[in-house]
Amino acid sequence: MYNAFFNLLKRDLRLAFRHKSEILNPLFFFVIVVTLFPLGISPEKQVLAEIGPGIIWVAALLASMLSLDSLFRSDFEDGTLELMLLSEYPLPILILAKIVAHWLITGFPIIIFSPLLGTVMFLSNEAIETLMITLLLGTPILSLIGAIGMALVVALKRGGMLLSLLVLPLYIPVLIFSSNAVGSSMAGLSISGQLYFLAAFLIFCLTLAPIATSAALRVSLE
Amino acid sequence: MMKAIMKFIYQFASPKHFYRLSGKIIPWFAWLAAILLIAGSIDGLFIAPVDYQQGDSYRIIFIHVPAAWMSMFIYMVMAISGAIALIWKIKLADVIASSSAPIGAAFTFLALVTGSIWGKPMWGAWWVWDARLTSELILLFLYLGYMALESAIEDPRAAARACAILAIVGVINIPIIHYSVEWWNTLHQGATVTKLDKPSIHISMLIPLLLMALGFKLYYGAVVLMRARNKVLVTEQNNRWVKEIIG
Repeated sequence: MYNAFFNLLKRDLRLAFRHKSEILNPLFFFVIVVTLFPLGISPEKQVLAEIGPGIIWVAALLASMLSLDSLFRSDFEDGTLELMLLSEYPLPILILAKIVAHWLITGFPIIIFSPLLGTVMFLSNEAIETLMITLLLGTPILSLIGAIGMALVVALKRGGMLLSLLVLPLYIPVLIFSSNAVGSSMAGLSISGQLYFLAAFLIFCLTLAPIATSAALRVSLE
Repeated sequence: MMKAIMKFIYQFASPKHFYRLSGKIIPWFAWLAAILLIAGSIDGLFIAPVDYQQGDSYRIIFIHVPAAWMSMFIYMVMAISGAIALIWKIKLADVIASSSAPIGAAFTFLALVTGSIWGKPMWGAWWVWDARLTSELILLFLYLGYMALESAIEDPRAAARACAILAIVGVINIPIIHYSVEWWNTLHQGATVTKLDKPSIHISMLIPLLLMALGFKLYYGAVVLMRARNKVLVTEQNNRWVKEIIG
Protein backbone atom coordinates (compact mmCIF):
# COMPACT_ATOMS: atom_id res chain seq x y z
CA MET A 1 0.00 0.00 0.00
CA TYR A 2 2.83 2.36 0.87
CA ASN A 3 4.47 1.36 -2.37
CA ALA A 4 1.35 2.21 -4.32
CA PHE A 5 1.16 5.56 -2.57
CA PHE A 6 4.79 6.50 -3.24
CA ASN A 7 4.87 5.16 -6.78
CA LEU A 8 1.83 7.18 -7.71
CA LEU A 9 3.28 10.24 -6.01
CA LYS A 10 6.55 9.82 -7.93
CA ARG A 11 4.72 9.28 -11.19
CA ASP A 12 2.65 12.45 -10.78
CA LEU A 13 5.70 14.50 -9.85
CA ARG A 14 7.65 13.15 -12.80
CA LEU A 15 4.81 13.97 -15.16
CA ALA A 16 4.62 17.48 -13.75
CA PHE A 17 8.35 18.05 -14.17
CA ARG A 18 8.07 17.03 -17.81
CA HIS A 19 5.38 19.67 -18.34
CA LYS A 20 7.06 22.52 -16.54
CA SER A 21 4.22 24.91 -17.32
CA GLU A 22 2.06 22.94 -14.92
CA ILE A 23 4.33 24.08 -12.10
CA LEU A 24 5.10 27.53 -13.38
CA ASN A 25 1.70 28.75 -14.56
CA PRO A 26 -0.06 28.77 -11.19
CA LEU A 27 2.97 30.52 -9.76
CA PHE A 28 2.98 33.22 -12.44
CA PHE A 29 -0.73 33.63 -12.01
CA PHE A 30 -0.25 34.10 -8.27
CA VAL A 31 2.41 36.76 -8.78
CA ILE A 32 0.47 38.61 -11.47
CA VAL A 33 -2.76 38.74 -9.51
CA VAL A 34 -0.97 40.21 -6.51
CA THR A 35 0.74 42.75 -8.75
CA LEU A 36 -2.60 43.96 -10.07
CA PHE A 37 -3.77 45.25 -6.71
CA PRO A 38 -1.21 48.01 -6.11
CA LEU A 39 -1.93 49.13 -9.68
CA GLY A 40 -5.66 49.03 -9.17
CA ILE A 41 -5.89 50.46 -5.66
CA SER A 42 -2.89 52.44 -4.56
CA PRO A 43 0.85 52.02 -4.20
CA GLU A 44 0.80 53.64 -0.73
CA LYS A 45 2.60 51.70 1.93
CA GLN A 46 -0.13 51.89 4.60
CA VAL A 47 -2.88 50.83 2.21
CA LEU A 48 -0.92 47.87 0.87
CA ALA A 49 0.20 46.70 4.30
CA GLU A 50 -3.44 46.80 5.39
CA ILE A 51 -4.88 44.82 2.47
CA GLY A 52 -1.75 42.78 1.64
CA PRO A 53 -2.47 39.67 3.72
CA GLY A 54 -5.94 39.31 2.28
CA ILE A 55 -4.79 39.88 -1.28
CA ILE A 56 -1.94 37.42 -1.11
CA TRP A 57 -4.27 34.84 0.34
CA VAL A 58 -7.01 35.43 -2.21
CA ALA A 59 -4.44 35.12 -4.98
CA ALA A 60 -3.08 31.88 -3.51
CA LEU A 61 -6.62 30.57 -3.25
CA LEU A 62 -7.42 31.36 -6.88
CA ALA A 63 -4.12 29.95 -8.11
CA SER A 64 -4.75 26.73 -6.24
CA MET A 65 -8.30 26.50 -7.54
CA LEU A 66 -7.40 27.16 -11.16
CA SER A 67 -4.69 24.51 -11.07
CA LEU A 68 -7.12 21.84 -9.85
CA ASP A 69 -7.81 20.86 -13.43
CA SER A 70 -4.42 19.18 -13.64
CA LEU A 71 -5.31 16.98 -10.67
CA PHE A 72 -7.63 14.56 -12.48
CA ARG A 73 -8.23 15.86 -16.00
CA SER A 74 -5.44 14.19 -17.98
CA ASP A 75 -5.77 10.94 -16.04
CA PHE A 76 -9.48 11.00 -16.73
CA GLU A 77 -8.98 11.54 -20.43
CA ASP A 78 -6.45 8.75 -20.99
CA GLY A 79 -8.28 6.27 -18.76
CA THR A 80 -5.70 6.06 -15.97
CA LEU A 81 -8.30 7.15 -13.47
CA GLU A 82 -10.57 4.28 -14.42
CA LEU A 83 -7.74 1.80 -13.83
CA MET A 84 -7.11 3.38 -10.47
CA LEU A 85 -10.73 2.81 -9.53
CA LEU A 86 -10.39 -0.84 -10.51
CA SER A 87 -7.08 -1.43 -8.74
CA GLU A 88 -6.79 -3.56 -5.64
CA TYR A 89 -5.51 -0.69 -3.50
CA PRO A 90 -7.92 1.44 -1.47
CA LEU A 91 -8.93 4.37 -3.63
CA PRO A 92 -8.64 7.06 -0.90
CA ILE A 93 -4.93 6.22 -0.50
CA LEU A 94 -4.31 6.64 -4.23
CA ILE A 95 -6.32 9.86 -4.25
CA LEU A 96 -4.29 11.14 -1.32
CA ALA A 97 -1.08 10.49 -3.27
CA LYS A 98 -2.44 12.52 -6.16
CA ILE A 99 -3.50 15.34 -3.85
CA VAL A 100 -0.09 15.42 -2.17
CA ALA A 101 1.56 15.56 -5.58
CA HIS A 102 -0.77 18.37 -6.62
CA TRP A 103 0.08 20.30 -3.49
CA LEU A 104 3.82 19.81 -4.03
CA ILE A 105 3.45 21.04 -7.61
CA THR A 106 1.19 24.05 -7.04
CA GLY A 107 1.06 24.88 -3.34
CA PHE A 108 4.69 24.51 -2.44
CA PRO A 109 6.13 26.94 -5.04
CA ILE A 110 3.63 29.53 -3.83
CA ILE A 111 4.97 29.17 -0.30
CA ILE A 112 8.54 29.61 -1.55
CA PHE A 113 7.62 32.76 -3.43
CA SER A 114 5.38 34.27 -0.76
CA PRO A 115 8.13 36.15 1.15
CA LEU A 116 8.92 38.06 -2.02
CA LEU A 117 5.30 39.14 -2.42
CA GLY A 118 5.04 39.89 1.28
CA THR A 119 7.97 42.27 0.96
CA VAL A 120 6.43 43.91 -2.08
CA MET A 121 3.23 44.47 -0.10
CA PHE A 122 5.23 46.01 2.80
CA LEU A 123 4.44 43.28 5.33
CA SER A 124 6.65 43.17 8.40
CA ASN A 125 9.11 40.34 8.88
CA GLU A 126 6.96 38.66 11.52
CA ALA A 127 3.96 38.93 9.22
CA ILE A 128 5.89 37.30 6.38
CA GLU A 129 6.87 34.48 8.68
CA THR A 130 3.21 34.03 9.65
CA LEU A 131 2.21 34.21 6.01
CA MET A 132 4.50 31.29 5.23
CA ILE A 133 3.18 29.25 8.14
CA THR A 134 -0.44 29.90 7.19
CA LEU A 135 0.30 28.99 3.58
CA LEU A 136 2.02 25.82 4.75
CA LEU A 137 -1.07 24.85 6.77
CA GLY A 138 -3.66 26.32 4.44
CA THR A 139 -2.69 25.39 0.88
CA PRO A 140 -2.94 21.63 1.54
CA ILE A 141 -6.51 22.27 2.73
CA LEU A 142 -7.23 24.03 -0.54
CA SER A 143 -5.92 21.05 -2.51
CA LEU A 144 -7.89 18.59 -0.37
CA ILE A 145 -11.23 20.43 -0.60
CA GLY A 146 -10.62 21.28 -4.23
CA ALA A 147 -10.13 17.59 -5.02
CA ILE A 148 -13.71 16.88 -3.96
CA GLY A 149 -15.03 19.58 -6.27
CA MET A 150 -12.78 18.51 -9.13
CA ALA A 151 -13.87 14.89 -8.75
CA LEU A 152 -17.49 16.00 -9.10
CA VAL A 153 -16.94 17.97 -12.31
CA VAL A 154 -14.16 15.95 -13.96
CA ALA A 155 -16.47 14.24 -16.43
CA LEU A 156 -18.07 17.51 -17.53
CA LYS A 157 -16.83 19.35 -20.58
CA ARG A 158 -17.05 22.84 -19.14
CA GLY A 159 -16.42 22.32 -15.48
CA GLY A 160 -14.20 25.30 -14.75
CA MET A 161 -16.81 27.88 -13.84
CA LEU A 162 -18.87 25.32 -12.01
CA LEU A 163 -15.84 24.19 -10.02
CA SER A 164 -15.32 27.67 -8.62
CA LEU A 165 -18.99 27.86 -7.63
CA LEU A 166 -18.68 24.57 -5.75
CA VAL A 167 -15.31 25.07 -4.14
CA LEU A 168 -14.94 28.75 -3.26
CA PRO A 169 -17.63 28.85 -0.54
CA LEU A 170 -15.86 25.95 1.16
CA TYR A 171 -12.54 27.83 1.07
CA ILE A 172 -13.90 30.69 3.16
CA PRO A 173 -12.82 29.45 6.63
CA VAL A 174 -9.23 29.04 5.42
CA LEU A 175 -9.21 32.54 3.98
CA ILE A 176 -10.67 34.09 7.13
CA PHE A 177 -8.28 32.49 9.58
CA SER A 178 -5.14 32.76 7.44
CA SER A 179 -5.40 36.37 6.39
CA ASN A 180 -6.48 37.30 9.89
CA ALA A 181 -3.44 35.56 11.36
CA VAL A 182 -1.13 37.52 9.07
CA GLY A 183 -2.90 40.78 9.87
CA SER A 184 -2.76 40.07 13.61
CA SER A 185 0.94 39.34 13.54
CA MET A 186 1.43 42.68 11.76
CA ALA A 187 -0.30 44.27 14.73
CA GLY A 188 1.86 42.26 17.14
CA LEU A 189 -1.04 40.16 18.44
CA SER A 190 -0.99 36.49 19.32
CA ILE A 191 -1.86 34.20 16.42
CA SER A 192 -1.82 30.79 18.07
CA GLY A 193 -5.63 30.52 17.93
CA GLN A 194 -5.77 30.97 14.19
CA LEU A 195 -2.90 28.55 13.61
CA TYR A 196 -4.50 25.91 15.84
CA PHE A 197 -7.74 26.28 13.88
CA LEU A 198 -5.91 25.88 10.57
CA ALA A 199 -4.04 22.83 11.83
CA ALA A 200 -7.24 21.25 13.11
CA PHE A 201 -9.03 21.96 9.85
CA LEU A 202 -6.10 20.50 7.91
CA ILE A 203 -6.24 17.25 9.87
CA PHE A 204 -10.00 17.15 9.48
CA CYS A 205 -9.77 17.55 5.71
CA LEU A 206 -6.83 15.14 5.48
CA THR A 207 -8.97 12.44 7.08
CA LEU A 208 -12.25 12.95 5.27
CA ALA A 209 -11.57 14.66 1.95
CA PRO A 210 -9.91 11.64 0.23
CA ILE A 211 -12.95 9.52 1.13
CA ALA A 212 -15.40 12.10 -0.22
CA THR A 213 -13.23 12.50 -3.31
CA SER A 214 -13.24 8.78 -4.04
CA ALA A 215 -17.01 8.64 -3.64
CA ALA A 216 -17.34 11.56 -6.04
CA LEU A 217 -14.95 9.96 -8.56
CA ARG A 218 -16.94 6.75 -8.51
CA VAL A 219 -20.05 8.76 -9.42
CA SER A 220 -18.29 10.71 -12.14
CA LEU A 221 -16.76 7.67 -13.81
CA GLU A 222 -19.83 5.51 -13.72
CA MET B 1 -38.88 -5.58 13.40
CA MET B 2 -36.12 -3.83 11.47
CA LYS B 3 -37.08 -5.85 8.43
CA ALA B 4 -40.71 -4.80 8.75
CA ILE B 5 -39.71 -1.14 9.03
CA MET B 6 -37.45 -1.34 5.98
CA LYS B 7 -40.19 -3.11 4.05
CA PHE B 8 -42.62 -0.37 4.96
CA ILE B 9 -40.14 2.31 3.91
CA TYR B 10 -39.39 0.68 0.59
CA GLN B 11 -43.07 0.25 -0.03
CA PHE B 12 -43.78 3.85 0.79
CA ALA B 13 -40.85 4.95 -1.33
CA SER B 14 -42.07 3.12 -4.39
CA PRO B 15 -42.99 5.80 -6.92
CA LYS B 16 -46.53 4.59 -7.42
CA HIS B 17 -47.33 4.50 -3.73
CA PHE B 18 -45.67 7.83 -3.15
CA TYR B 19 -47.66 9.42 -5.94
CA ARG B 20 -50.95 8.22 -4.49
CA LEU B 21 -50.18 9.08 -0.88
CA SER B 22 -48.66 12.49 -1.58
CA GLY B 23 -51.74 13.39 -3.61
CA LYS B 24 -53.76 12.87 -0.45
CA ILE B 25 -51.34 14.75 1.81
CA ILE B 26 -50.78 17.86 -0.34
CA PRO B 27 -54.24 19.44 0.14
CA TRP B 28 -53.92 19.08 3.92
CA PHE B 29 -50.50 20.70 3.95
CA ALA B 30 -51.52 23.44 1.57
CA TRP B 31 -54.74 24.40 3.36
CA LEU B 32 -53.15 24.26 6.80
CA ALA B 33 -50.27 26.38 5.50
CA ALA B 34 -52.70 28.92 4.06
CA ILE B 35 -54.67 29.15 7.31
CA LEU B 36 -51.54 29.46 9.44
CA LEU B 37 -49.92 32.02 7.16
CA ILE B 38 -53.06 34.19 7.05
CA ALA B 39 -53.55 33.94 10.82
CA GLY B 40 -49.85 34.59 11.47
CA SER B 41 -49.77 37.58 9.12
CA ILE B 42 -52.86 39.19 10.66
CA ASP B 43 -51.57 38.55 14.16
CA GLY B 44 -48.06 39.70 13.28
CA LEU B 45 -48.97 42.77 11.24
CA PHE B 46 -51.97 44.12 13.18
CA ILE B 47 -52.39 42.54 16.60
CA ALA B 48 -48.84 42.10 17.95
CA PRO B 49 -47.71 45.17 19.93
CA VAL B 50 -45.36 47.79 18.51
CA ASP B 51 -41.74 47.27 19.49
CA TYR B 52 -40.57 49.99 21.87
CA GLN B 53 -37.21 50.34 20.11
CA GLN B 54 -37.85 49.56 16.48
CA GLY B 55 -41.45 50.70 16.03
CA ASP B 56 -43.42 48.95 13.34
CA SER B 57 -40.48 48.07 11.16
CA TYR B 58 -39.64 45.07 13.33
CA ARG B 59 -42.71 43.32 11.92
CA ILE B 60 -40.68 42.08 8.97
CA ILE B 61 -39.17 39.47 11.29
CA PHE B 62 -42.39 37.49 10.94
CA ILE B 63 -41.24 36.76 7.38
CA HIS B 64 -37.51 37.09 7.85
CA VAL B 65 -36.91 34.73 10.76
CA PRO B 66 -39.06 31.84 9.47
CA ALA B 67 -37.44 32.21 6.03
CA ALA B 68 -33.97 32.04 7.59
CA TRP B 69 -34.97 28.98 9.62
CA MET B 70 -36.32 27.32 6.49
CA SER B 71 -33.15 28.07 4.54
CA MET B 72 -31.11 26.02 6.99
CA PHE B 73 -33.77 23.38 7.54
CA ILE B 74 -34.10 22.66 3.82
CA TYR B 75 -30.34 22.28 3.36
CA MET B 76 -30.40 19.74 6.19
CA VAL B 77 -33.27 17.93 4.46
CA MET B 78 -31.25 17.84 1.26
CA ALA B 79 -28.16 16.45 2.95
CA ILE B 80 -30.09 13.85 4.94
CA SER B 81 -32.10 12.66 1.95
CA GLY B 82 -28.88 12.66 -0.08
CA ALA B 83 -27.30 10.37 2.52
CA ILE B 84 -30.40 8.14 2.54
CA ALA B 85 -30.26 7.91 -1.24
CA LEU B 86 -26.56 7.02 -1.22
CA ILE B 87 -26.80 4.44 1.56
CA TRP B 88 -30.11 2.68 0.91
CA LYS B 89 -30.45 3.51 -2.77
CA ILE B 90 -33.93 4.92 -2.31
CA LYS B 91 -34.63 6.87 -5.45
CA LEU B 92 -37.40 8.89 -3.84
CA ALA B 93 -34.87 10.50 -1.49
CA ASP B 94 -32.99 11.85 -4.51
CA VAL B 95 -36.22 13.27 -5.86
CA ILE B 96 -36.96 14.99 -2.54
CA ALA B 97 -33.44 16.44 -2.36
CA SER B 98 -33.44 17.86 -5.86
CA SER B 99 -37.01 19.16 -5.50
CA SER B 100 -36.00 20.95 -2.31
CA ALA B 101 -33.03 22.86 -3.71
CA PRO B 102 -34.84 25.71 -5.56
CA ILE B 103 -37.28 26.14 -2.67
CA GLY B 104 -34.40 26.37 -0.21
CA ALA B 105 -32.58 28.86 -2.42
CA ALA B 106 -35.77 30.92 -2.66
CA PHE B 107 -36.14 30.99 1.13
CA THR B 108 -32.47 31.94 1.52
CA PHE B 109 -32.95 34.77 -0.96
CA LEU B 110 -36.10 35.88 0.85
CA ALA B 111 -34.24 35.90 4.17
CA LEU B 112 -31.47 38.02 2.64
CA VAL B 113 -33.85 40.48 1.01
CA THR B 114 -36.03 40.93 4.08
CA GLY B 115 -32.92 41.24 6.23
CA SER B 116 -31.63 43.95 3.96
CA ILE B 117 -34.97 45.81 3.95
CA TRP B 118 -35.00 45.61 7.73
CA GLY B 119 -31.38 46.68 7.92
CA LYS B 120 -31.91 49.92 6.00
CA PRO B 121 -33.90 51.75 8.76
CA MET B 122 -32.13 49.90 11.61
CA TRP B 123 -28.51 50.11 10.55
CA GLY B 124 -28.84 52.87 7.95
CA ALA B 125 -27.42 50.63 5.23
CA TRP B 126 -28.83 48.02 2.89
CA TRP B 127 -26.03 45.67 3.65
CA VAL B 128 -23.64 45.23 6.54
CA TRP B 129 -21.04 42.52 6.78
CA ASP B 130 -22.76 41.07 9.78
CA ALA B 131 -21.96 37.46 10.65
CA ARG B 132 -25.47 36.13 10.14
CA LEU B 133 -26.02 37.98 6.89
CA THR B 134 -22.69 36.80 5.56
CA SER B 135 -23.32 33.17 6.53
CA GLU B 136 -26.72 33.37 4.89
CA LEU B 137 -25.13 34.71 1.72
CA ILE B 138 -22.64 31.83 1.70
CA LEU B 139 -25.54 29.43 2.19
CA LEU B 140 -27.13 30.93 -0.93
CA PHE B 141 -23.87 30.25 -2.81
CA LEU B 142 -23.99 26.63 -1.62
CA TYR B 143 -27.54 26.29 -2.94
CA LEU B 144 -26.56 27.86 -6.25
CA GLY B 145 -23.57 25.51 -6.55
CA TYR B 146 -25.84 22.55 -5.86
CA MET B 147 -28.31 23.58 -8.54
CA ALA B 148 -25.54 24.38 -11.02
CA LEU B 149 -23.99 20.94 -10.52
CA GLU B 150 -27.37 19.29 -10.92
CA SER B 151 -28.10 21.02 -14.19
CA ALA B 152 -24.57 20.43 -15.53
CA ILE B 153 -24.71 16.62 -15.33
CA GLU B 154 -26.93 15.17 -18.00
CA ASP B 155 -27.66 11.74 -16.61
CA PRO B 156 -30.21 12.42 -13.84
CA ARG B 157 -29.09 9.50 -11.66
CA ALA B 158 -25.43 10.51 -11.75
CA ALA B 159 -26.49 14.11 -11.10
CA ALA B 160 -28.48 13.02 -8.07
CA ARG B 161 -25.56 11.07 -6.60
CA ALA B 162 -23.04 13.83 -7.25
CA CYS B 163 -25.40 16.36 -5.66
CA ALA B 164 -25.90 14.10 -2.65
CA ILE B 165 -22.13 14.05 -2.06
CA LEU B 166 -21.96 17.81 -2.48
CA ALA B 167 -24.82 18.36 -0.04
CA ILE B 168 -23.16 16.14 2.57
CA VAL B 169 -19.81 17.90 2.17
CA GLY B 170 -21.65 21.22 2.40
CA VAL B 171 -23.58 20.31 5.51
CA ILE B 172 -20.37 19.28 7.29
CA ASN B 173 -18.85 22.60 6.31
CA ILE B 174 -21.79 24.85 7.20
CA PRO B 175 -21.05 24.97 10.95
CA ILE B 176 -17.34 25.51 10.25
CA ILE B 177 -18.12 28.34 7.85
CA HIS B 178 -20.70 29.81 10.19
CA TYR B 179 -18.44 29.89 13.22
CA SER B 180 -15.45 31.18 11.30
CA VAL B 181 -17.58 34.00 9.89
CA GLU B 182 -18.89 34.75 13.35
CA TRP B 183 -15.38 34.79 14.78
CA TRP B 184 -14.15 36.99 11.91
CA ASN B 185 -17.03 39.37 12.48
CA THR B 186 -16.55 39.78 16.23
CA LEU B 187 -12.93 40.65 15.57
CA HIS B 188 -13.71 43.22 12.93
CA GLN B 189 -16.86 44.97 14.01
CA GLY B 190 -18.30 44.17 17.37
CA ALA B 191 -21.06 46.76 17.32
CA THR B 192 -23.40 45.14 14.84
CA VAL B 193 -23.29 41.87 16.67
CA THR B 194 -24.58 43.35 19.89
CA LYS B 195 -27.20 45.21 17.86
CA LEU B 196 -28.41 41.89 16.57
CA ASP B 197 -28.72 40.36 20.03
CA LYS B 198 -32.43 40.57 20.51
CA PRO B 199 -33.97 41.04 23.90
CA SER B 200 -35.90 37.89 24.73
CA ILE B 201 -39.06 38.00 22.72
CA HIS B 202 -42.46 38.69 24.29
CA ILE B 203 -45.15 36.04 24.08
CA SER B 204 -47.44 38.30 22.03
CA MET B 205 -44.76 38.48 19.34
CA LEU B 206 -43.69 34.85 19.73
CA ILE B 207 -47.12 33.44 18.84
CA PRO B 208 -47.36 35.01 15.36
CA LEU B 209 -43.71 34.09 14.78
CA LEU B 210 -44.37 30.44 15.54
CA LEU B 211 -47.57 30.48 13.47
CA MET B 212 -45.60 31.82 10.53
CA ALA B 213 -42.75 29.34 11.05
CA LEU B 214 -45.16 26.40 11.08
CA GLY B 215 -46.99 27.83 8.08
CA PHE B 216 -43.70 28.11 6.17
CA LYS B 217 -42.84 24.48 7.02
CA LEU B 218 -46.18 23.20 5.80
CA TYR B 219 -45.95 25.35 2.69
CA TYR B 220 -42.56 23.80 1.98
CA GLY B 221 -44.01 20.35 2.58
CA ALA B 222 -46.81 20.97 0.10
CA VAL B 223 -44.58 22.51 -2.56
CA VAL B 224 -41.82 19.92 -2.29
CA LEU B 225 -44.35 17.11 -2.62
CA MET B 226 -45.86 18.76 -5.70
CA ARG B 227 -42.45 19.12 -7.30
CA ALA B 228 -41.52 15.56 -6.34
CA ARG B 229 -44.76 14.24 -7.86
CA ASN B 230 -43.95 15.94 -11.13
CA LYS B 231 -40.46 14.48 -11.15
CA VAL B 232 -41.76 11.03 -10.36
CA LEU B 233 -44.18 11.26 -13.28
CA VAL B 234 -41.38 12.28 -15.62
CA THR B 235 -38.93 9.57 -14.54
CA GLU B 236 -41.61 6.86 -14.49
CA GLN B 237 -43.33 7.96 -17.67
CA ASN B 238 -42.88 4.59 -19.33
CA ASN B 239 -44.57 2.62 -16.55
CA ARG B 240 -48.13 1.46 -16.86
CA TRP B 241 -49.51 3.18 -13.79
CA VAL B 242 -48.33 6.56 -15.06
CA LYS B 243 -49.93 5.94 -18.44
CA GLU B 244 -53.17 5.08 -16.68
CA ILE B 245 -53.12 8.36 -14.77
CA ILE B 246 -52.27 10.47 -17.75
CA GLY B 247 -54.81 8.57 -19.80
